[in-house]
Amino acid sequence: MAKDRKKIEFQKIGDLPPMVQSQRSMAANPTGSWRNLKPVINQANCIQCTICWKFCPDAAIDWVEDNPVINMDFCKGCGICAEECPKKCIEMVKEGK
Amino acid sequence: MKKVMMGNHAISHGATLARVQVIAAYPITPQTQVVELLSEIVADGKLKAEYIKVESEHSAMAACIGASSAGARAFTATSSQGLALMHELLHWAAGARLPIVMADINRAMGPPWNIWTDQNDSLSQRDTGWMQFYCQSNQEVLDSVIMAYKVTEKVLMPAMIVLDAFSLSHTYEIVDLPDQAVVDKYLPPFDFKYKLNVNDPHTYGGLTTPEWYMEFRVKMQEAMEQALVEIKKEAVEFEKAFGRRYDPVEPYMVDDADIVLVTSGTAASTARFAVDQMRKKGKKVGNLRMRLLRPFPFADVREHLKNAKKVIIVDRNISYGYHGIWAQEVKSALYGHSKVPVFNFIAGLGGRDIFPETFVDIVNKVKKLKKPDQELYWVEVKQ
Amino acid sequence: MKPTLPLEELMSPGHLACQGCGAGIAMRVSLKALGRDTMFTFPACCWTVIDGPFPYSCLEVPLLHMAFEATAATAAGIKAAMNALGKDKTTICGWAGDGGTFDIGLQALSGAAERNDDIFYFCYDNEAYMNTGIQRSGATPYGAWTTTTPVKHFKKELKKSIDDIVAAHKVPYQATASVAYPEDLYKKLVKAKDIRGFKFIHIIAPCPPGWKARPEDTVKLARLAVQTGIFPVYEVDGGKYVQTMKTPTRKPVLDYLKLQGRFKHLKENEVADIQKMVDTRYAELEKRFQG
Repeated sequence: MAKDRKKIEFQKIGDLPPMVQSQRSMAANPTGSWRNLKPVINQANCIQCTICWKFCPDAAIDWVEDNPVINMDFCKGCGICAEECPKKCIEMVKEGK
Repeated sequence: MKKVMMGNHAISHGATLARVQVIAAYPITPQTQVVELLSEIVADGKLKAEYIKVESEHSAMAACIGASSAGARAFTATSSQGLALMHELLHWAAGARLPIVMADINRAMGPPWNIWTDQNDSLSQRDTGWMQFYCQSNQEVLDSVIMAYKVTEKVLMPAMIVLDAFSLSHTYEIVDLPDQAVVDKYLPPFDFKYKLNVNDPHTYGGLTTPEWYMEFRVKMQEAMEQALVEIKKEAVEFEKAFGRRYDPVEPYMVDDADIVLVTSGTAASTARFAVDQMRKKGKKVGNLRMRLLRPFPFADVREHLKNAKKVIIVDRNISYGYHGIWAQEVKSALYGHSKVPVFNFIAGLGGRDIFPETFVDIVNKVKKLKKPDQELYWVEVKQ
Repeated sequence: MKPTLPLEELMSPGHLACQGCGAGIAMRVSLKALGRDTMFTFPACCWTVIDGPFPYSCLEVPLLHMAFEATAATAAGIKAAMNALGKDKTTICGWAGDGGTFDIGLQALSGAAERNDDIFYFCYDNEAYMNTGIQRSGATPYGAWTTTTPVKHFKKELKKSIDDIVAAHKVPYQATASVAYPEDLYKKLVKAKDIRGFKFIHIIAPCPPGWKARPEDTVKLARLAVQTGIFPVYEVDGGKYVQTMKTPTRKPVLDYLKLQGRFKHLKENEVADIQKMVDTRYAELEKRFQG
């Protein structure tokens, strides 16, 4: 049951497992909608120290060819990455900009 | 092989023969011999089981829930205050659909402290979703532990085997210990399709909204209804394998009886003795022993009481502000099916003895009444 | 790019933790150390909700939700079953909040510690009953506002010394950790995985709504808790105390307190009292580090 983004719908009682047993990942729940502020990484100044990645409570930072990329489907905009970045190259900007 | 043993040891031997894999238990009078003998059996290597000496009954059931969830056959035993302490987790085990089997030695609830038998402890748990089997002999106790696992593991609902404190738990009777090989043939190892499994990880018991919670409860009820079918099937299968028969109810001379006593536990065997005495004097009396409380055997109760002109339910328990609990159960089963007058007598609370004469007096009293003039009648209480 | 922790995630995003949740970081890091051959049981706590409602879960390891008091006993039961089934390599963990550890879960914790059950017991400590809306627990520190210790009656009792209580059981391994030092937590767990017996891991996990702090300050607060000596990070390995995150000069407690609204009401003398309490407790621990 990896990070499958599929939702699951039950139609009838026969679809259910006998007891309450999870069937899918919470990756089906895009928490990006929680944000007021979103982190923007200045990749030019980023030194790929991985500090932003390691502190994210939501595992919402991915690595694309050694660069950190915020997963905007899930980022809740908490700002920890921006706060902890040693190069201060992450800026929290208002959502919608 | 026949051995003389106390009821508690019959439980220990039943659990051993059932090859339980995890035992988690906390001592309480009069259950202690169950776990003491099991400790010895495990220490001697005669049973390959993990025995967790938990620090409370609540933890005992918690450990059983953990163990059963992981796919092991789990067992515990308790009584009275201990059973009450487990209450929250009795609901949990049933809701989690775990086939745990537990022995409850019926002991009166305090205060005041009272270590002798009555049924309030187990009957207070009747709404938790546990099957309940009420035993009248040490043989039945041992056999019931084995049968219980067969049924619980089929329907995935837990079960408790109930026996009277001291009257059964500490009374020595002859018990036929079946061969392990015969038990193994009857009861296969526990193979839990929904166990905790790192190769197929799931979360169990997560928050469930009103949208689907009720359907899971429907499934529990369906499982209990299926359990009744399985219990009846196993009564036949068990008899084939071991030569002994246990039905949900045990009728004794009810077919032509004018008055039928309804009893459970050791009081039922005393009642049968009294029935014989009364029959000798020409009184047409019978006894219906209730073995199964949950799932409730509606059809059997209606069937065996259909010819009675009066029904006397003798309860060794009481639901304060109402009357005896077996009386509630049986009366509601008869409603709409029979207009027979039902009399409820409360006897033997806190271990007060129930004698054959007690039943004779009860029957004589009822003979003088057309129908009950009280919701409940107290037996032999001092005025 | 040289990550200090394994890249693989055993936890998906999309879970229901608040923005900046310390408990989220604690679980994410712990999973990296524990690996896939791990099973969890949770009592009622924030993580009951964080994992998500039926039919979803954010974890990629098995999880058994259980009742509040029962964590350590349930974990002991799972472990016993796995031993009985010949699968004794799987790591079994109880993962509870401070309420389910210091208060209602204390009896089961003590029982499992005394029996030396071969389990991990994690306490992620956000210092109050956060899941039910910020009520005080035995882990709430002196001076804190909570909904049941309003400002006029702020908590006057000291935070319960759960680490000393566990240490009194002489367990083979216990440690404190902070979400600000994930490599330290990771290293401890990798080591402890090979230890047989009861292992207690106490992690300070700041809670923005409960501490009335900014979500972006979670890691900073978890760091200041250590740097001020309020939450020293150490391990007790076979009875030997070792401080793993050293604090040769401690920052003043005010640096930590002033970032949290739950301490806003404190007067100067009350802050001074807190400083004194921390100094005393830290000196006590220092003796054990040197011994």
